[in-house]
Amino acid sequence: MQREQMEFDVVIVGAGPAGLSTACRLMQQANEAGKELSICVVEKGAEVGAHILSGAIIEPRALNELFPNWEELGAPLSVPVTEDQIYFLRDSEKSIKVSNIMTPKSMHNHGNYIASVGNLCRWLAEQAENLGVEIFPGFAADRIVYGEDGRVAGISTGDMGLDSEGKPKANYMAGMDLLAKYTIFSEGCRGHLGKELIAKFDLDDGVDPQHYGLGIKELWEIPNELHQPGLVLHGTGWPLSDSASTGGFFLYHTDNNQIVVGLITDLNYSNPHVSPYDEFQRMKHHPLISKYLSGGKRISYGARAIAKGGLNSLPKMTMPGALLLGCDAGTLNFSKIKGTHTAMKSGILAADVLFPELISQGNGGLDLVQYKEVFKQSWLHDELFKSRNFGAALHKYGTLVGGALNVIEQNIVSFPFTLHDTAPDYACLKPADECKSINYPKPDGLLSFDKPSSVFLSNTYHEEDQPCHLKLKDGDVPLSNNLPVFNEPAQRYCPAGVYEVLDDGNGAKRFQINSQNCVHCKTCDIKDPAQNITWTVPEGAGGPSYPNM
Amino acid sequence: MKVLVAVKRVVDASVQVRVKADKTAVDLANVKMSMNPFCEIAVEEAIRLKESGIAEEVIVVSAGEDACQEQLRAGLALGADRAIHIQSDAELQPLAVAKLLHKVVDQENIGLVILGKQSIDGDNNQTGQMLAALAGMPQGTFASNVVIENGEAVVTREVDGGLQQIGLKLPAVVTTDLRLNEPRYASLPNIMKAKRKPVAQITAEELGVDVAPRLSTLEVNDPPARASGKRVGSVVELIDALKVEGVL
Repeated sequence: MQREQMEFDVVIVGAGPAGLSTACRLMQQANEAGKELSICVVEKGAEVGAHILSGAIIEPRALNELFPNWEELGAPLSVPVTEDQIYFLRDSEKSIKVSNIMTPKSMHNHGNYIASVGNLCRWLAEQAENLGVEIFPGFAADRIVYGEDGRVAGISTGDMGLDSEGKPKANYMAGMDLLAKYTIFSEGCRGHLGKELIAKFDLDDGVDPQHYGLGIKELWEIPNELHQPGLVLHGTGWPLSDSASTGGFFLYHTDNNQIVVGLITDLNYSNPHVSPYDEFQRMKHHPLISKYLSGGKRISYGARAIAKGGLNSLPKMTMPGALLLGCDAGTLNFSKIKGTHTAMKSGILAADVLFPELISQGNGGLDLVQYKEVFKQSWLHDELFKSRNFGAALHKYGTLVGGALNVIEQNIVSFPFTLHDTAPDYACLKPADECKSINYPKPDGLLSFDKPSSVFLSNTYHEEDQPCHLKLKDGDVPLSNNLPVFNEPAQRYCPAGVYEVLDDGNGAKRFQINSQNCVHCKTCDIKDPAQNITWTVPEGAGGPSYPNM
Repeated sequence: MKVLVAVKRVVDASVQVRVKADKTAVDLANVKMSMNPFCEIAVEEAIRLKESGIAEEVIVVSAGEDACQEQLRAGLALGADRAIHIQSDAELQPLAVAKLLHKVVDQENIGLVILGKQSIDGDNNQTGQMLAALAGMPQGTFASNVVIENGEAVVTREVDGGLQQIGLKLPAVVTTDLRLNEPRYASLPNIMKAKRKPVAQITAEELGVDVAPRLSTLEVNDPPARASGKRVGSVVELIDALKVEGVL
């Protein structure tokens, strides 16, 4: 069946920092040159910002370049960082405050802002629309459209109104092909179309496998007397150290008596008993954290995977007719634990390369390999180069030795070598019976909570009667392989309780997928040891609805 | 016949609302806002009337701050022909809204007004009835079916005991219940077209309506938390427990 088509100069998949920066920069240049461009942004969230989850401390460097007058334009960066504190948690009670000279400079946040990246994106979307960009929230890019010559020719939006069997309901609306001279893929970490492009065009040929973390975050409202706007805490160690896993926590005091607190668990953990969700819940009982949370109220919850492999894992970002940008490629600077300014910069650079191509009257579809050179000449490359060893050092030598190496490299001297981490995260799990099982404490309902009440606070909603968007390549693997060997880790790594192994009532087990709980974090697609789960987009507008996250 | 549909901007149904710390209201900062679901059903019904040739024009109207133009655009994207935005930054209570709508009904010579039976934020279920009274029009509330023929609207109403069918002389007011229809999705080209459809703006003052609130909110609180349940070992224990609670 021929689908309806629309043509644009540029189609952008995902209204996050990378995609919106590309859109804004392109339109700025077009308006300056008196040219007309048609730019369409599709966003699977019900509104811009609904699926955005980040710490976040924002370095304003890229924003300064894109909108030098952002303050005047009302960008939501209102809380400057006033104090950095870094801790090593020794156990559930004790912590050591690490003095500033002993910490990597990349962890110092003077001149940065505590902000909600969701709100930043809402603001960027307003700027983009004022510049003439068409933004369509609630429309998910479902498939890539290829041209006859194999180039990327655009995307196809998902059908709406299909029932769980995939049959049209009364309100069925077929998806559309959105065709473009160039398509920008900026879906965020582990985008399902980005993943397809990397495989199809061998974009990761010769680079290390991508590495990931799972960030789980909560927003709290705390008593005024405990609140210090601008205070930033980072740390590592317990509770992940109990299972020899790595990662780190953050706790930022933002405005309106609110704080954000979260834990990033590196997804190369080897113990399949690890539950990042429960690690985070028990972490909040540490006196260093609980002293801020006690007497407070949890407002929101969310989770998202992050791509943290950095320069060593960065795939080629161009292909015929398309660019792969921001966290979809993996431009996050892990040594700073910041990806917003780098994602934005990757978008600004893309616009600079795209604009001359778009006004040259060509049909598009080229592989804009010149992007690589522009990228190399930019500060984005400089800073990713400087931190290229950061993650690998932590993975190879652990928090202490690896951390010390990072202090030396970030503060004193750049090493003349590059460390590589070549084991993909999914391949790091050891069999369950070789690992220490972990007894997580029961949530107390004050500081720690169960998964269902957490997912409730993420405002997650999916149209109920629709096809399951979490696809198993082989439906038997969870019970035949993952369960006996790894005690099916999906039950624990999923921060939304999507995957369950249940008794079927006759003494046998069954694997259940509660896809309506999915917060679109993509961890299952990353961590499944058999690489048997494929995350695809559900019907547009489904998923979490994060306010201020 | 011109059909007027009133639409309201409300907090999205999927959002877990939270009372502000100062207990003055629900916190709406950066939460997702949508068209009230019952209003969506009203828009859908009006568009179906237009598609079947009964309505000549569908006008969507909303009263409130500038942001409610988003919901008017959503109505236009679904198929309404034009929109009227009654600008007011005041807290608009049902009586004020009904008076504003009454002015529009008079000005536009409307044949049928369709509203949601209630909005999911205030849950008042008053505006349609008040409008009917002010305009001196017959009303069919909680409609699960509407048939227009021979200058009459035959409305099937969802009432406590079942279904009630009534005939209304046009012009009339109809408020929608959940089962009236299932709203369509707005298509991407229609969303683009909606950006070019006209939205007229007028203020409450220009319409000469006093919108001052008649009710004041003293305090907003969360509903009391549900006490945790307890597990009993046997039916005997259960009966004892129910007796202690005074249920049996």
